[in-house]
Amino acid sequence: MEKFTAHTGTGVPLRRSDVDTDQIIPAVYLKRVTRTGFADGLFSAWRDDPDFVLNKPEYAGGTVLVAGPNFGTGSSREHAVWALQDHGFAAVIAPRFGDIFRGNALKGGLLPVQLPQDAVDTLWQAVEADPGTEITVDLAARQVRAAGHAWDFTIDDFTRWRLMEGLDDIGLTLRHEADITAYEAGRASFRPRIATPA
Amino acid sequence: MGRTLAEKIWDAHVVRSAEGEPDLLYIDLHLVHEVTSPQAFDGLRMAGRGVRRPDLTLATEDHNTPTDNLITIADPVSRTQVETLRRNAEEFGVRLHSLGDAQQGIVHVIGPQLGATQPGMTIVCGDSHTSTHGAFGSIAFGIGTSEVEHVLATQTLPQATPKTMAVNVTGELRPGVTAKDLILALIAQVGTGGGQGHIVEYRGEAIRNLSMEARMTICNMSIEWGAKAGLVAPDETTFAYLKGREYAPAGADWDAALEYWRGLVTDDDATFDTEVTIDAGTIEPFVTWGTNPGQGAPLSASVPDPASFEDASERSAAERALAYMDLTAGTPLRDIAVDVVFLGSCTNGRLEDLRAAASVLNGRKVADGVRMLVVPGSAKVREAAEAEGLHEVFTAAGAEWRFAGCSMCLGMNPDVLTPGQRSASTSNRNFEGRQGRGGRTHLVSPQVAAATAVAGHLAAPADL
Ligand code: SF4
Repeated sequence: MEKFTAHTGTGVPLRRSDVDTDQIIPAVYLKRVTRTGFADGLFSAWRDDPDFVLNKPEYAGGTVLVAGPNFGTGSSREHAVWALQDHGFAAVIAPRFGDIFRGNALKGGLLPVQLPQDAVDTLWQAVEADPGTEITVDLAARQVRAAGHAWDFTIDDFTRWRLMEGLDDIGLTLRHEADITAYEAGRASFRPRIATPA
Repeated sequence: MGRTLAEKIWDAHVVRSAEGEPDLLYIDLHLVHEVTSPQAFDGLRMAGRGVRRPDLTLATEDHNTPTDNLITIADPVSRTQVETLRRNAEEFGVRLHSLGDAQQGIVHVIGPQLGATQPGMTIVCGDSHTSTHGAFGSIAFGIGTSEVEHVLATQTLPQATPKTMAVNVTGELRPGVTAKDLILALIAQVGTGGGQGHIVEYRGEAIRNLSMEARMTICNMSIEWGAKAGLVAPDETTFAYLKGREYAPAGADWDAALEYWRGLVTDDDATFDTEVTIDAGTIEPFVTWGTNPGQGAPLSASVPDPASFEDASERSAAERALAYMDLTAGTPLRDIAVDVVFLGSCTNGRLEDLRAAASVLNGRKVADGVRMLVVPGSAKVREAAEAEGLHEVFTAAGAEWRFAGCSMCLGMNPDVLTPGQRSASTSNRNFEGRQGRGGRTHLVSPQVAAATAVAGHLAAPADL
């Protein structure tokens, strides 16, 4: 995973709430067995509408998605994160996220930034007034800056450190393998064990 | 101070905790299906890692499988995904219930059915409706593919401690009102984001009186109001359901388990971070009119006027939903005609659901022009339903009796709505295009689904 310290790019204003992962990428695109190539499925049902924000040339190069509350609710599909990243997004700003989406995004290095609705409103207005408005998502400083404003956001120290170092969770966990083995030794015998194939 | 049930289970699974880091949680059962696992197994291969505990891992094929036959997956991309799971299961030594296997079915139906879902466990799956398993008093939640790989490799997950919430369901459900109506009414009350960051415990007399299958319906939809997980404290109903199942403990282990399970309750002096109360006695059959599960109303109501929502984002969401659903404010919900009725899914595809629908359909006919699909949640559910003759009731009424799988719940297999078609569906998501591009979904209980099939428009059994 690439290290993430700060990202500066232009914004894409997605003025919708409750954008669920079925909208971000419909189920028909989930049949692939690879991790890449999901950009064509991104918001595919909405892409037919010429007025949809991602179809507007002025937002074509946007890398920071600014969305309404409850972004990424619904299905656990990590493909939603991969599709947003394949399209070029580095961060999503919204007043509230679906938990699983937020977790998936943090795993894959797509930064989900929770800001209050009034900050999102200000960003929408700024980006719509001037699509060239630069938005800086500064993970190191835990701050979003754009159009002369600055908003602080929260993220726990551990996740921030992991993203800034670009570390993979499995490797981190395996440093504690002895703890896992010790825990397993104490598990009750009545816990179910699946009959593995011979 | 006392602890909540969720806190007790959590504490019992912490492998390692360190200041400023998420807890490392041990996972007792990892359920796997074909859609969210291929990239995870690939990751293991690339890193030269194996599956740490195949004996705590169980796989099934459900999302892509056909429901009209048990052999051929027509779509080559779907077939590749299923074949990829078969290869991965073989290579990594994981038990897989394939299409045609007697135990195949929707991942959240087969776990409980096999007795692999038990009280006090941590259960994960790359699927958001893993919350279903909380009905047994376990912490069960959906994860993404990176986390699937993490669990395969380490049998653990780093997890930040969630907050706890109680949903107190007071009073009694009225006759003809089901667990599905209760959860839909709750989501309409608290909103789709109401549970965010919380493990929710459903409590109260109305919950205690529910069967295991009805509790699963409730817990299944926890994710639809944003909760990380939902659970119900285990009790005699839980133990009776589990006894004798394939993976349930036996002999001395059963006694030891029972003693442990009986302690899995929230202490009287424990406190929740949040509490919500809902009166079961006021709930009527409930249906959705919009494009998220919180956009619902009693069947006796009308399509709401978006202007009646005070919150600006709710108002614009309602406007968009009515446009997508092709509905006009003020239309009585009972006047909404449907093209398709779907009975199935991990929300309402179990035996009791099929029985409830069959009792409504018995001696009646599906209305002209309406297509009804009945898709059992698992091969075993199908077998049990046939043993009772339920399939004859469905086919005599003119419904299609299918093989088990996710089917039209999400339309990854050929069971889809065509653009503009409207369904009454017992599944859990009415998102735009969920059941097929341009399809319009109304979420309903099995009873309402059956009555709707007969009437041709949204209806309750009492209307027939
Ligand atoms: S039945 Fe529907 S909700 Fe349940 S696992 Fe299958 S696709 Fe997901």
